Amino acid sequence: MELIVNGSKTFCYTGGRPFDPAKPTAIFIHGVLNDHSVWILQTRSLAHHGWNVLAPDLPGHGKSAGDPPASTEAASDFVLALMDAAGVDKAALVGHSFGALIVLEAAARAPQRTSHLVLVGVAFPLKVSPVLLEASQNDPEKGIAMVNTFSHSTLAPPPSGLGPGTWLYGGSRALMRRVLASNPRVNLFHTGFKACDSYAGGDAAMRQVTAPTLFVLGRHDQMTPPSAAQSLIQAAQHATVVTVPGGHQMMLEAPDAVLAALRDFLQP
Amino acid sequence: MPGYSDPGFDTLALHAGAAPDPATGARAVPIYLSTSFVFESSEHAAALFNLERAGHVYSRISNPTNAVLEQRVSALEGGIGAITTASGQAALHLTIATLMGAGSHIVASTALYGGSQNLLHYTLRRFGIETTFVKPGDIDGWRAAVRPETKLFFGETVGNPGLDVLDIATVSGIAHEAGVPLLVDSTLTTPWLLKPLEHGADLVYHSATKFLSGHGTVIAGIVVDGGSFDWAASHAANGKFGELAEPYDGFHNMVFTDESTVGAFLLRARREGLRDFGACLSPHSAWLVLQGIETLSLRMARHMDNTSKVVEFLASHTFVSRVGHPLLETHPSHALARKLLPRGAGSVFSFDLKGSRAQGKAFVDALQVFSHLANVGDCRSLVIHPASTTHFRMSDAALAAGGITQGTIRLSIGLEDPADLLEDLKRALRAAEKAGA
Repeated sequence: MELIVNGSKTFCYTGGRPFDPAKPTAIFIHGVLNDHSVWILQTRSLAHHGWNVLAPDLPGHGKSAGDPPASTEAASDFVLALMDAAGVDKAALVGHSFGALIVLEAAARAPQRTSHLVLVGVAFPLKVSPVLLEASQNDPEKGIAMVNTFSHSTLAPPPSGLGPGTWLYGGSRALMRRVLASNPRVNLFHTGFKACDSYAGGDAAMRQVTAPTLFVLGRHDQMTPPSAAQSLIQAAQHATVVTVPGGHQMMLEAPDAVLAALRDFLQP
Repeated sequence: MPGYSDPGFDTLALHAGAAPDPATGARAVPIYLSTSFVFESSEHAAALFNLERAGHVYSRISNPTNAVLEQRVSALEGGIGAITTASGQAALHLTIATLMGAGSHIVASTALYGGSQNLLHYTLRRFGIETTFVKPGDIDGWRAAVRPETKLFFGETVGNPGLDVLDIATVSGIAHEAGVPLLVDSTLTTPWLLKPLEHGADLVYHSATKFLSGHGTVIAGIVVDGGSFDWAASHAANGKFGELAEPYDGFHNMVFTDESTVGAFLLRARREGLRDFGACLSPHSAWLVLQGIETLSLRMARHMDNTSKVVEFLASHTFVSRVGHPLLETHPSHALARKLLPRGAGSVFSFDLKGSRAQGKAFVDALQVFSHLANVGDCRSLVIHPASTTHFRMSDAALAAGGITQGTIRLSIGLEDPADLLEDLKRALRAAEKAGA
């Protein structure tokens, strides 16, 4: 469905079910050069089992208009504005990678509006290597190849977003290319990585969060290895940690394990 | 994995899609000869049917062995996923039937496999899908053939039987201007020679019966989605792809382009096309294709080496009037082939004998190493006479438009010792000359 957020058309995938304000809401925020579709399996499942799901394309990404957030803080304001636009007072906030930093910051800014916080494939600080930052700006195709390599851990993933026969290396590459091409005005790749790299408030934000917090970490994650989430885990007031057998793109490499972690944790 | 890219071609040809079997440790891909797969619970069953979870239900829709083949060919082509089908023809039909219905239009190359010609020219017309045929090199012709109801461009990487190389970048550019995807039949080249998706094609299919399996043992097809075509944007602009971008009441009103930004085609093709048309591949056949792909690069290199020796031999033979292979500078696609197909333009090609049709028959009958049959892409060398077999339904004019004469001989060069192939051809050419004396 489409919402107007901060005056801009915002696409939200609702998991194949109509938005119903009477149900508890879970908001899913994607990472750099991704869009709502990376959550296809988890969102569809929750939407058919008691939850309202809003998985937006971030502003200026994919099917959403508006200016892409230049910082994690700006992106977190978008999440709260999205909740206002949808008439949602309180929601479970779920984010992956950059999206995890975004929902962390949003949960810190509005603890009373956060019922649960789920950080998937998260690290803090989320420093991006200078080589990758440079590639994202000047040679995006090279940068996409690097991210693709570091984000996948197996040549034999289980059935995934497109069912059996899904090839995740190709799928992630095609999605990154599509999202990059969706905004001819702003380099979403570089902007997103800069926002990750420059975010300094992670530990402080984590300490502000009062909601129960789930960390979903990929055992083979080379982008945000489990060790890089430890300071956030230490800072969290109520942390649950689940490690799943996948790489950074674990929602697609280990979809059942990520879903199981979410469903166990997200009790309305 | 080393470097900042996918693993290399040969590694993918052996490993993509397959890990040691977790249940048994089997290193080779097991053949899952099971029609159906047990649900963990009623809730799991419902979730699989509703696409909340991904997994196998029934082998018409998906099968673990077939899924390995789908991932492997996707990896080799640079695609996002694939669907195996009962044959190459089934892959072509599945693709078309997923994208359009009655009242739609296709722009296709004239240089097509005879079976594809039949499907487009006769059979699909009966179902209300029209095709305009354009010579593959007639760039203005592709553009001029577009109609408001056009949904697809279609050609072969190297067109049958003249080996006209498709200028994929240019033709896909015209297709994209028209808001439609380019589908390419890559059977004769395989991803080892050419990856059409890298040049602008959106969908690629194979008759895996040919070089992918490589041993003349199995009928199989596969269609790969490159994930590059923006169905939602094209539909928003011109309303062409409601099948993918509007709610589908045959599947819970799913909007496939909302579900998957890059994979809407595959979602519908499997959930509708395999479900309803049912042209699925046997897991045993899938395994045979996988076995072939493991040695694809080794075989293709040998196919190319042998082909260049045979082409050179025939081109210098006094009883041969024409050799239709882009290796030769006289071939109209020579320059394009050098650019798009630096490793070779395939091992299936035709040549014309000097002399009568009877002499052509004498040539075929005298061959001993080459087998006279209706297939290509076997590890054994093959020969056929198109005008009396694969293209027999076509008129003389249509044959001529496809570059075929009554005396045209088609060869598929195999993996035998090249000296034996040349000796066999020499003997048969002598017999053909004598038959005219």
